[in-house]
Amino acid sequence: MKRAWRWLVPAAAVPVLALLAYGFTLNPRDVPSPLVGRPASPFALTSYDGAKLQLNDLRGKIVVLNFWASWCYPACYEEAPTLERGWRAYRDRGVVVLGVVIQDKEEAARKFMTDFSLTFTNAPDPGGKVSVDYGVYGVPETFFIDREGRIRAKHVGALTDQTFAETLEPLLAAAGAPK
Amino acid sequence: MIGARAMRRARAGGPWLLPLLVTAVLVTLPGTPTSAQSAAGAQSPAWAQSPAATAAPAPTATRPVSEQEVYEVAAQLRCVVCQTLSVADSPSEMASQMRGIVRERLAAGETPAQVRQYFVERYGDWILLAPPRRGFTLLVWLAPLVAVLAGIVIVAIRVSGWTRARRPPPPPVDAAMRERIQRELERET
Repeated sequence: MKRAWRWLVPAAAVPVLALLAYGFTLNPRDVPSPLVGRPASPFALTSYDGAKLQLNDLRGKIVVLNFWASWCYPACYEEAPTLERGWRAYRDRGVVVLGVVIQDKEEAARKFMTDFSLTFTNAPDPGGKVSVDYGVYGVPETFFIDREGRIRAKHVGALTDQTFAETLEPLLAAAGAPK
Repeated sequence: MIGARAMRRARAGGPWLLPLLVTAVLVTLPGTPTSAQSAAGAQSPAWAQSPAATAAPAPTATRPVSEQEVYEVAAQLRCVVCQTLSVADSPSEMASQMRGIVRERLAAGETPAQVRQYFVERYGDWILLAPPRRGFTLLVWLAPLVAVLAGIVIVAIRVSGWTRARRPPPPPVDAAMRERIQRELERET
């Protein structure tokens, strides 16, 4: 009887330790987005050029939706050239790169766009409605939306040319590609 | 007497009893952040969500919404940039925008539960400060209960062991002793 009691306490600690050990294998900052695979929320934004942007008007195109801010240093500064290069390389293949600027001052955002010679469309997100609709945690985050308007991938952190291409190519290869 | 005996027994037989009880109490203290809780929170499975990510309809009709109503919903949501604060308590701009969205959706006639669901559909269960009472995170709610029950059972078993301890039978009272007691009782009165 005594002997059994003596083993009970260490035995009870085992599941607790196992749970803690399992917790250590997880990255607390890595939060899976429940939105991947789901239809992208429609949005209506007004770009810095004054153009009205609606996701629904972009059906049939692959949309790379990038959330950024001029205060997001260094990640947004690292990926800005990648986005610009990607936009130039893929614009003729039915890809649209769209920048959504969150929690930024217009002047600072315009300077950022000038500094990096961004030629794709960028729009502010007043009130953060689009950001929350896309479950954005911080900047930069990038969503890849397929021709049917479904979110196919989400990338957190600075994009590289390689990730950009590797994420985009399968979407381009999917059925429904414009001839 | 029983107390002293119990102490002796506790020292001899169960040195683990006190730490165990302390642990059980600590685990059940409200607001004690357990690592199980954070692990469970980060682990919220995406497939546990409702299947349809409905497009957010633009809120239109408005009704007056009190600060208290906004607070009650915002206090249940985790601030996405600070993580250890609720949307109600965080001074960050992101949290401020989220409070604005909560207010707007309440004003449009949504119930607090619908507003919460709106955030859960976009951020997953992660956004809720209290993990849902189902699936893996049910463990966070049940573990303290189980620990308390186990503690009570262990204490009950031990205590009944002490109280049922074999005491030596009292020495038989012989005739001489009986007489002496009688005499002394009479002298008292």
